[in-house]
Amino acid sequence: MDKWMKFLEVNAPRIFDLAIEHTILVGLAILVALMIGVPLGIYLTTNDYLAETVLQIASVMLTIPSIALFGIMIPVFSIINQGIGFVPAFVALVLYSQLPIIRNTYTAIKNVSPEMRDAAKGLGMKTSQRLLRVEIPNAFPIIMAGIRTAVVLNIGIGVIAAYIGAGGLGVLITQGISRGDNYLIISGSIAVAILAMIADGILLFIQKRYTPKSIAN
Amino acid sequence: MITFDHTTKTYEGGVTAVNGVDFTVEKGNIVVLLGPSGCGKTTLLRMVNRLETISDGSITIDGEDSMSLDQIALRRKIGYVIQSNGLFPNMTIEENVMIVPDLLGWKKKEKRERFNKLMEMIGLSGEKFGKRYPHELSGGQQQRIGVIRALAADPPVMLMDEPFGALDPIIREKIQDEFLQIQREVKKTILFVSHDIDEAIKMADKIVLLRGGEVMQYDTPSEMLVRPKNEFVREFFGKDRAIKSLSLHTIKTLQEVIGLANIDDTIEDTITIHVRHDLRNTLSMLLNQEADQVVVVDDDDNRLGAITIDLVQKYLHFEIKAKPTLVQKG
Ligand SMILES: Nc1ncnc2c1ncn2[C@@H]1O[C@H](COP(=O)(O)OP(=O)(O)OP(=O)(O)O)[C@@H](O)[C@H]1O
Ligand SMILES: [Mg+2]
Repeated sequence: MDKWMKFLEVNAPRIFDLAIEHTILVGLAILVALMIGVPLGIYLTTNDYLAETVLQIASVMLTIPSIALFGIMIPVFSIINQGIGFVPAFVALVLYSQLPIIRNTYTAIKNVSPEMRDAAKGLGMKTSQRLLRVEIPNAFPIIMAGIRTAVVLNIGIGVIAAYIGAGGLGVLITQGISRGDNYLIISGSIAVAILAMIADGILLFIQKRYTPKSIAN
Repeated sequence: MITFDHTTKTYEGGVTAVNGVDFTVEKGNIVVLLGPSGCGKTTLLRMVNRLETISDGSITIDGEDSMSLDQIALRRKIGYVIQSNGLFPNMTIEENVMIVPDLLGWKKKEKRERFNKLMEMIGLSGEKFGKRYPHELSGGQQQRIGVIRALAADPPVMLMDEPFGALDPIIREKIQDEFLQIQREVKKTILFVSHDIDEAIKMADKIVLLRGGEVMQYDTPSEMLVRPKNEFVREFFGKDRAIKSLSLHTIKTLQEVIGLANIDDTIEDTITIHVRHDLRNTLSMLLNQEADQVVVVDDDDNRLGAITIDLVQKYLHFEIKAKPTLVQKG
């Protein structure tokens, strides 16, 4: 216990800084992933053929081992002199989060009951009005669940970013492994877990807060 | 006024759901689309607000070909009520009811006033229910909200697809009565889908009886009951159609034609019934022997006479079976 106290006394500020770095990397990746994934998921509900193709590509993306995907990024981004560091890690994380976001958005909108969609059309809503007033609000909890999955997934995978020089909490773990320092490994892992729990908690709160009471069941 | 001119619908895959339908719904009338499951009622209804395309022929609304109108504008001018009420769970009752006025850009104050007025029509407090969500209401209340939502922007035309189908019989009758009461005030041109014969007889100015997408007969309920055009119509309404037709008559018409019995003041166990009650309900009341004597009263509680099973039977025999000119309900 004493040893832990000493370790934290020395390393706490550094762990905190790395956690912030981690959060920024994952946060930005999720933001961009949302800006791509949600509209794409919604668009796919109008095009069944394309939907199948895109969802398959996104699934394949998720089966690529994370370390391999990060590895692939290096030569690709070397072309523009960004082979290591923030950019390749960021792009890899964006790609990873596409599947849960696109799939959940697509499924959620598709699952809005046909009666409800019918009523919306019959009352004279335009497609955009129907989406904004009826379909997205009623699909919201499932879309949010997808976003939460993506966030937790990315916080975990973000650890690998340290291997390509993008920093974050992965730095503690990689250093711990190479130096055989269990304190570093354990503190890094716990910090990642706590970060994931906090992020999920906040998102769950947002989900609850903005889910219409009557569809929360 | 809605005019169907050789209106036909063939779905992809070749099912002809509606086949060469011709009829006109007069302004201010309720026309009920009646027929067995799959005969094309819903399809025909949904072609009016263009939720289904028209394969052949045309539908004209107040003289304008529906295909020539802007689809969104057309739908906002047509009230639409469906069986599962289609209320949006993410919106409060007030938001639900005011959707079309909102889409049309009404002012906040106008919307509030309209909402309260509509709620008053169905006997619910706008104050109390406005902020609630659909799941916090009973099935019957939800269905009535569905009806006033369709009425919100005062559309001249209403389409109703089995609007009361999911309700239990007692609530259904109550809501039917309430709706007829509202219709007397608002005088909408209504196309109403039902597969319930009693409901059709009760609600309809005219009935369109469909089979396999074709019109078997288009007539007033009484004509259809008394003079079915073919075997299908006859069988559809069944053997007890004379009894069914009783619901088109009131005690008042019976009184005018054959008079009521004298009141026997020695009988203690007496109940009263209003003179505008329809004969079918009256008959079932008499058959249930709720009292030894049923006394007919008018609006001012004047005792007009007694009604008996014999009298109803006599009226049925002379007026309905023998002389098929029926008096309008009301
Ligand atoms: N989208 C569709 N595609 C293909 N065929 C359809 C479609 N909708 C309905 N049909 C067919 O068209 C016919 C008429 O259907 P419709 O729903 O209009 O009947 P209905 O009279 O409303 O029946 P119900 O009383 O059961 O509601 C049926 O044979 C049905 O199977
Ligand atoms: Mg139907």
